[in-house]
Amino acid sequence: MDQLDQRLLNEFQQDFPLATRPYAVLGERLGLGEDEVMDRLARLSRGGSISRVGAVFKPHAVGGSTLAAMAVPEDRLDEVADLVSSFSEVNHNYQREHRLNLWFVVTATSQQRVAEVLAEISARAGLQVLDLPLLEHFHIDLGFDLKWT
Amino acid sequence: MDLSDTDLALVSVLAQGLPMVSHPYRAVGAQLGLDEAQVMARIQAMRDSGVIRRFGIIVRHHELGFKANAMSVWSIPDEEVGKVGRLLGDAPEVTLCYRRPPRLPLWPYNLFCMIHGRDRAEVEETIGALNRRFVLGAYPHAVLFSTRRFKQTGARYGRPIHQAAAAE
Repeated sequence: MDQLDQRLLNEFQQDFPLATRPYAVLGERLGLGEDEVMDRLARLSRGGSISRVGAVFKPHAVGGSTLAAMAVPEDRLDEVADLVSSFSEVNHNYQREHRLNLWFVVTATSQQRVAEVLAEISARAGLQVLDLPLLEHFHIDLGFDLKWT
Repeated sequence: MDLSDTDLALVSVLAQGLPMVSHPYRAVGAQLGLDEAQVMARIQAMRDSGVIRRFGIIVRHHELGFKANAMSVWSIPDEEVGKVGRLLGDAPEVTLCYRRPPRLPLWPYNLFCMIHGRDRAEVEETIGALNRRFVLGAYPHAVLFSTRRFKQTGARYGRPIHQAAAAE
């Protein structure tokens, strides 16, 4: 990754241009052609550095979501993690160091669907699922300062 | 802001990411029966109203070398949790900060922060510094490092196009 890649990633996490040719606008700011900007973004996307060019929504503005946790017996972790990941509504699923060792985020078009997914996971795994819905958020997502060194 | 069915369909298409073509807003509009200017105007309106918090490149921390992440949680009395949450949420080291309900007896914590770093030591140091700066040592506290990522994808919000079309 060269310096231009780093600038692309650090400078366009917010206020992405709403212009008919946004990649040309990025190129003007970086001294690159439109095609090279798209090539670079496509390469960074294939390499996994970029998830997408898109929107982060205010919680609960456009659907339902929750954070859920389970205490899964160690010897069942792979099996239960696979079950959880199999739901298209699950978009993050991590093992963490705690008795509650499986943590996942459920997002869906409605809060009702979120509840259904939790109930189905609980029933199929035969384990309790803790539902930890958002009550208040204290951080405005301005992106992530990559602090290149 | 009340979102129209068209907005929800746009949200659903945007969830897949802006296409990397010369006129991406035109390409998005073509899927929805909107023209380029209408797509940009709807995104602008959702940005202005705060429904869209951020519009731009979404990076993946882990792939960029920020390999350690921990969920740092505290149990803060109800009357103080708002104040502490705002302090932590404004700290530049904090990626996300939320209040969520405790679930006793398994889970006593009500304030959640995500911290990312290049390695475990860096994340531990950051959390230690936050605890000192905001004098959080008296509150029950836990740090949950992630050890394995099973899945990470974009959220599925909005409403699929066929449903939006049927509603209109």
